[in-house]
This record gives sequence, structure tokens and C-alpha cells, in this order.
Amino acid sequence: MMKPIKFTLNGEAVTAEVPPHWNLVELLQSRFSLYGARESCGQGLCGCCTVLVNGTAVSGCLYLATFVDGAEVTTVEQPAPGAELDAVQEAFIARGAFQCGFCTPGFVLMARQLLDEMPDPTDDEIRHYLSGNLCRCAAYPEIIEAVKLAARMRKGRGKST
Amino acid sequence: MATQSTQSVGQSVPRLEGRAKVTGRAEYVHHLHLPGMLHGKICRSTVAHGRIRRIDVTAAQTVPGVHRIVTAQDLRVIVPDPYYGPAFHDQPILAVDKVRYAGEPVAVVLASDPHVAEEAASRIVVDYEELPAVFDEVEAVTSKAIVHDVLKPAGTFPDLKHLQGKRDTNVALDFRLRRGDVERAFKEAAHVFEHTFRTQQVLHVPLEPFVSVAEPGEPALTIHTASQSPSFVRIEIARLLRRPENRVRVKVPYLGGGFGAKLYIKLEALVAALALLTRRPVKISLTMEEQFYTLTKHAATLRIKSGVSKDGRITARECEIWWNGGSYADIGPRITQKSGFTAPGPYDIENVRIDSYALYTNLPPAGALRGFGIPQLVWAYESHTDMIARALKMDPVEFRRRNILREGRKQATGTAMKDAAIDKVLERVAARMDWGKPFDRGSGTLKRGRGIAIGFKAVIAPTTSVAIVNLYADGSCSLCCSTVDMGQGSDTAMAQIVAEVLGVPIESIAVVHPDTDVTPYDMATLGSRSMYHMGNAVKLAAEDARDKLLAMARELGLAAETTPIPDIFRKKYGMQAGNIVGTGSFIPTYQSPNHETGLTENATPFWMVGATGVEVEVDTETGQVKVTRLVNVADVGRPINPAIVDTQLSGAAIMQMGFTLFEKMEFQAGQCTNASLAGYKIPGMLDLPPGITNEAVDAVQHTGPFGAKGVGETGTFGVSPAFANAIDDAVGVRLTSLPLTAEAVFRALRAKQGQALSDE
Repeated sequence: MMKPIKFTLNGEAVTAEVPPHWNLVELLQSRFSLYGARESCGQGLCGCCTVLVNGTAVSGCLYLATFVDGAEVTTVEQPAPGAELDAVQEAFIARGAFQCGFCTPGFVLMARQLLDEMPDPTDDEIRHYLSGNLCRCAAYPEIIEAVKLAARMRKGRGKST
Repeated sequence: MATQSTQSVGQSVPRLEGRAKVTGRAEYVHHLHLPGMLHGKICRSTVAHGRIRRIDVTAAQTVPGVHRIVTAQDLRVIVPDPYYGPAFHDQPILAVDKVRYAGEPVAVVLASDPHVAEEAASRIVVDYEELPAVFDEVEAVTSKAIVHDVLKPAGTFPDLKHLQGKRDTNVALDFRLRRGDVERAFKEAAHVFEHTFRTQQVLHVPLEPFVSVAEPGEPALTIHTASQSPSFVRIEIARLLRRPENRVRVKVPYLGGGFGAKLYIKLEALVAALALLTRRPVKISLTMEEQFYTLTKHAATLRIKSGVSKDGRITARECEIWWNGGSYADIGPRITQKSGFTAPGPYDIENVRIDSYALYTNLPPAGALRGFGIPQLVWAYESHTDMIARALKMDPVEFRRRNILREGRKQATGTAMKDAAIDKVLERVAARMDWGKPFDRGSGTLKRGRGIAIGFKAVIAPTTSVAIVNLYADGSCSLCCSTVDMGQGSDTAMAQIVAEVLGVPIESIAVVHPDTDVTPYDMATLGSRSMYHMGNAVKLAAEDARDKLLAMARELGLAAETTPIPDIFRKKYGMQAGNIVGTGSFIPTYQSPNHETGLTENATPFWMVGATGVEVEVDTETGQVKVTRLVNVADVGRPINPAIVDTQLSGAAIMQMGFTLFEKMEFQAGQCTNASLAGYKIPGMLDLPPGITNEAVDAVQHTGPFGAKGVGETGTFGVSPAFANAIDDAVGVRLTSLPLTAEAVFRALRAKQGQALSDE
């Protein structure tokens, strides 16, 4: 039994036939070859599968694929408007805020959402906001620095990218 | 050849793969889907030790969409002798007749839809005759429960040969070292101290769980795998399949973390056999839970005894270590020996006795985890060191200062210390901690304390690395090497070396990822060996390419030093054509230790030295330990990329902080009961201390590439004992078992007050 769904994926209108038991990560990988959201812990505890649904971060491993019917879905693969990388991504590269990179897409999406809500976060606010994302390589100090750099870059650019 | 020094080495060049990683497009095996691919799901043992009476697949077969269900018997057609392992050929691809731990693979279901395979695997019923099991490493020495009927050393390592065919024992290696006259030294010592320490089973938890894909084909079977050791995988799979090396191809893209878990054979033999059996590509991706049943870090019991003179000099040390290797040896016997010989610590002690035992038990297999046994050893000897200093009422830094191994002095094996900045590292960690200055000890129920610890490690030896530098006619260049970039930044660092030697910008170098048909042999990416071994091979390969290019220019009558590279090729071939291939191969000198005494003049090509200082705040009402400061100091030689070195040091220390404060695999009757991130917590952002400082001391590894050496593990060494020492400093209780949980601290505090809490 497949359920047909329609949604917006990284700004493009798309359709898919989805088995009802699939989660969002399976949908993105199997139907759209988007691998930036990855299932790791499978319990919504590590943040590797982070995807934005209608602008809000969800755990793609716990979010049923059929629930995105009619929604706006954004993944890390979404190019920044007018540029290949946004401020968060550039800051992550500049500060070396990753090692193996497996958790990085989740951190990038959460950091973006954080800066949308708090354009000038303190260390403590960054830690609390990103506490649901795990990095086993523990590039945490670099991630905190990257988020602060991205905040400064976004201010300099005078826009949200 | 227009060689201008690009000064690539020593610069904090951003990682080459940064763009791919922040856009989610970096390649992992995880992403690989092949036409016609089957997914395998594993049915695992539910008992810790038992004979398999029957495997009933009737119910599983009724699940629509099942392609095939496979047991050990079915695999015999493909692999007649299905046992593998780097030290012992003891681990079956699927359990044969017997299971040795709860979670061991017994059967596999193959289906195009992984959900179908999973459902069917859960319907397989296995009937076991349970056997007595042993879980504790010390009990395993005398236990009547024997994990393996007979020992089967792989034949690779000379010091395991004497174990061939041995029966009725769980001891997979008994390493010994004897130096000086320990008995006499203890008799003559002014003070003798003896303590026993324990460490717990913990897990690597790479966020990319184990994953392998095998693809049948001619002339070679191709294995795409998240492995730290592609060359080993090829050689071992070729041995199992009785094929030449060139008929097995192993490809490794980026790894989503490794930490020692993804070494040797994990899923590779299974997917290879399944692909050949079904003649279809087969992928097995483990879940997070299944990682807990695959490879752990050795729990250990460590007894350490020291004789100390009146003036605070350690004159004798006796170390007895039991390593809980679980049901299959993996690399445990190497840890037992190669790390075992550093058990007395970085101290100048004339009389030493070490007995280090690798034990089989009925727990999941244990292997290397960021330190290769060193963090367990440092936990014991640096806790012990502080306990002695306190008992003698000496300052812990001063006591260490009096006893550390200085340059040129002989370590326990008899190997003289060379390029090991132990004294510098100790002094720098003390300085960074403001050790000599007054310290706020807290008040009321919040007590403050501080502690330091220093450890060292000998890189495993002897091992080989080979590299190829391929210079193209436009002056761009590719580097072929089998070092796996699992996050440590090896692609970037190796490219920096090539750029430095050829005098070209780093952007003109592409690093080809491990593909055993293309990239040459490398022992493995493990034990902080790559920067030194592969770094030396890469440097030799780049120098070879440079020398060939210069010779070609001279032959053509060109000014070798100033002609741009493309012009040299153009003059030679009349167009943009041709290659120059430089090769480099590196193996350091080494002398095996004497079997009876463990002594050798040349135990290792280089030493790593790491120290950690911590400040903690202990809540005496709850036992909660809050870390307020973390300082990591290391001798890494001369860093090739200082920013990446910094990240490696703090990353290793934070990981070890998890192993120190809360991580622990819980077992009931051999069954892991917290096999998920819900039950097993790893460090997150909120566990970080407010300030982390890392320092690479001014040092040079003279035999390393541009003075560099390995760093991946160094940040772990001193963390655990530094915490225990700081807790003791804060509240006067001494914990000797890891992890140092709030409950453990609270129990110790209550016991100290004469109000011990009852167990559970």
C-alpha cells in the first residue's frame, strides 16, 4: 500500500509514492538521493537526521514520511540563496567545526535555526540550543566558535544568509 | 620546475573536504545503493555461551519478500574455513555450532527491502543448550568455563606462536617483562604501596554505524566498506576465499568516525560470502544497537605495586594487568603486549616486573579504542602516582618531576627515550594549571579540587606504509595512499606534505581515497601511526616525483629550478601529455622484545606524550562532579596542521571525559542492557567545561616527516586519573573504578563519613 504525497523539497514542488511505515530519512534517500540527513541512533537523540519541516527542525528518523504531505521540506543540500554556501557553512569550514562530518548537516541546520531565533547568541545559549546534536569526534569547541563567527558574518551581510 | 616554497607544512590549512561535509555531500558507504542489491539483517544470539541445537527458520521464511536465509552451514560452500581475526583465527563469519556472547551473529536474512529482512530475522528461532559462562577477566584465568576449546594464533605474530593448539585456557597472551631485581628493591624500599584499579567496558559509538557492501564481479569481488584498514581487509578476505590479492578490491570513502572500531574484519567477510553465494550485491548496515554487539573497549583490572625510597624516588614497580578481551581476540593480544610494556608509566624505574594477560570471556569482543590500552594503564599508574605522593605528603607535580623519564634514559624495555618531551609536557601542564598559585577550594557543600596526570605511548611497530604521487602534465597532482580519513584530517595533512615537497599550492593536489586496486598497501589507519608512517612514505614519494621531474628538465636542457611544470612536460611530449610517478615506502627499524624478559633496545620508532589537568567542583550533597577547567598538553612533534592538531587533542580529551564520568556498558548475564543512546550517554555540548586549553609543546620528532608524529590518541591519556586526582583533592575520597559517576562519588563520601550505603 503506497500513499501518494506532494510537498516542496528545497524549494521545488515534488511528488512521491511512499509506504506508510517509511520515515523521512528513507524518503529523502530512496526517492531523492539526498543523503545529508542520516539515520544514526534511530531514536531522535543524536541529531544526525535533522530536517526542516515548515521551517522547524525535526528528527527525520522519527518523522513519518507521509507527514510531509503538503509541507515545505528543507535539507542541508538546499543551496543558500545566490551562493553555494551560507554563513553557517562558511563559518564551519573556517573554524574547522567538524571532523568526520557525519553529524555536520544536523549541526548546520540547527545552527541556522538558532541564528534565525537569536542573531547574537551567548556561549550558553549556543550550548543549550545545540545540546540535542551529538558529535562523537567532539568538535564542540570549534562548533561554538563557528556559530559565533556565523552570527558576525550574517550581521555583516545584513541578511539571513 | 618553478619551486617556490609554499610553506604549506605548519599552516592551519582548512580541511580539503570542508565544502563536501558542510553541504552533506561527502561520500560515505552509508550512501551506496547498487542495482539488484540485497539488504542483510542479522539474527543474533540471545545467550552468552551455548551450543546451537537447532535454527528454525520456518516462520521467517513465510515473510513475503525474503530472498534467502543464510546460516554458517550455507557459507561453508563459499568459505570452507570461516574463521578470521588479526591475532587469532578464532572468529567465525556466522556462529558455528556454538555461540560465545549474547549478540553474536547466528543467521542472516536477505531481502531487497531491509524492513522485510528485519521482520524475518526477528522470527528466526534458535534453540541453545546453555553452557557455563565467564564474564570477569580475573575469574577467566581460573574459570572452568572455557570460551575456546583450542587456541588458534593467526601466525602473523611470532610472540603468539607458543599458544598454538593450547587447550583449556582463556589466556590468549601472557606478556611478561623483567628488568632489574624487583624483589630486592621492594625489600630495600622505604615505602611500599599497592593498589588495584578497574576500568569498565565502553563503546566507540561512531555516529556512522558499521556498514559494508560487497559486489560480485570479474576479475575481482569489490567490497565497499567503512573500514580503517582496507589493505588488511583485502588480504584477509583473499585468504578466506583462497584467492590472490588482486581478485579482491576494497574501496573506502570517508568514514563517519572510527576510533578503532572499524579495524580488521567486521562485516566484510559476511557481505563478501553472501554476495558470492547469491551472486548479487549485498549491503549490511548495522543499527546503533548492533554496534554494542560488535566491538567494545577492554575492561581491565590493574594491580600496581611500587617501592619508593626515602627521598621520593620510585625504585621498583610491579604491574599485573588482566584485559577483558571478550569472546574473540580481535587485536587484544597486541594491546596486551604493545601497550603492556608501558604499564610502569613514564617514570625512570630500575626494577620492573610486568605481567599482562589477554583473557577470553563471554562478553562482546574488545579491541582498540583511541589509545590501544594506554588510557586504562594511565588510569592505574597515574592514580597510583598521586596516591603515593599524597601518602608521602609530597606535591604531586614535584613527585612526578623527581621520577619522570628524561631524554636518553632507558624505559622499562631497555629502549632509550628519544624525542619524548615528558619533562616539557609535565612543566607546561603545571604552568597552564597555575599549579604554584593559591587555589580556591570552594566552600559549604561545593568543594573544589584539581588534578593532573601524564601518560605516554609507544607507537605500534613495525608497520609499513606505501604511497604514490602522480604528477600530471598540467602540474596538478594526485596522491594515492590507503590512509583512511575518518575525521582526523589525514587527507589535508598528507596533501600539505606533497605541496611542501613539490613547491606547489595545496589546491593542486587531489587525494585519492583508498581503493586497493589503485592505492598501495598501508598497514591500517590506527594507533596514531599515519602521520609518521604514511607521512614519511608520502614525503618519499613526493621527493621521488620531484627528483624525476628535475632530472627530466635537465635532460631537456631546461633550467630545472625555474621552468614551470607544464612547460617541462610540453617540451618532453610535444603536448600536454605524460605522467611522472613517484613512489615511497616506509618501514621503521625495530627489534622484537626477548620472549622471556620483554627487553629490547628498539621497542618503537616514536613516543607520544600527553598530560591533562582538570579542575572540578564536587557537590558533597549529591556527588555531582562539575569540570570547570580542562587543560591538554602534548608532545606531537612539530604539527603539520596546528588547528587540526588542536581539534584532535580536545576531541580525544572530551571523548575520554565521557569514558571517565559516565559511559559504561551494563551487562546482565552477559547481555548488554543499555545498548542505545537512550541508555548509554556520550558527551554533548552541555558536558563541556567552560574552558578547554590545548597546547602542543615545542618539540621535534627527528625521524618524522618535517618533524611531525601522531596525535590522534594523545589527548586521551591523562584524562581519567586527572579527574580522580582532582576529586580526591576536592573531597578526600579516592575512586579506583571507572566511571566516576555521581553515585560512586556519593557512596565514597558516605563511606568516608562512616555511613556507607548498602549496595543497590
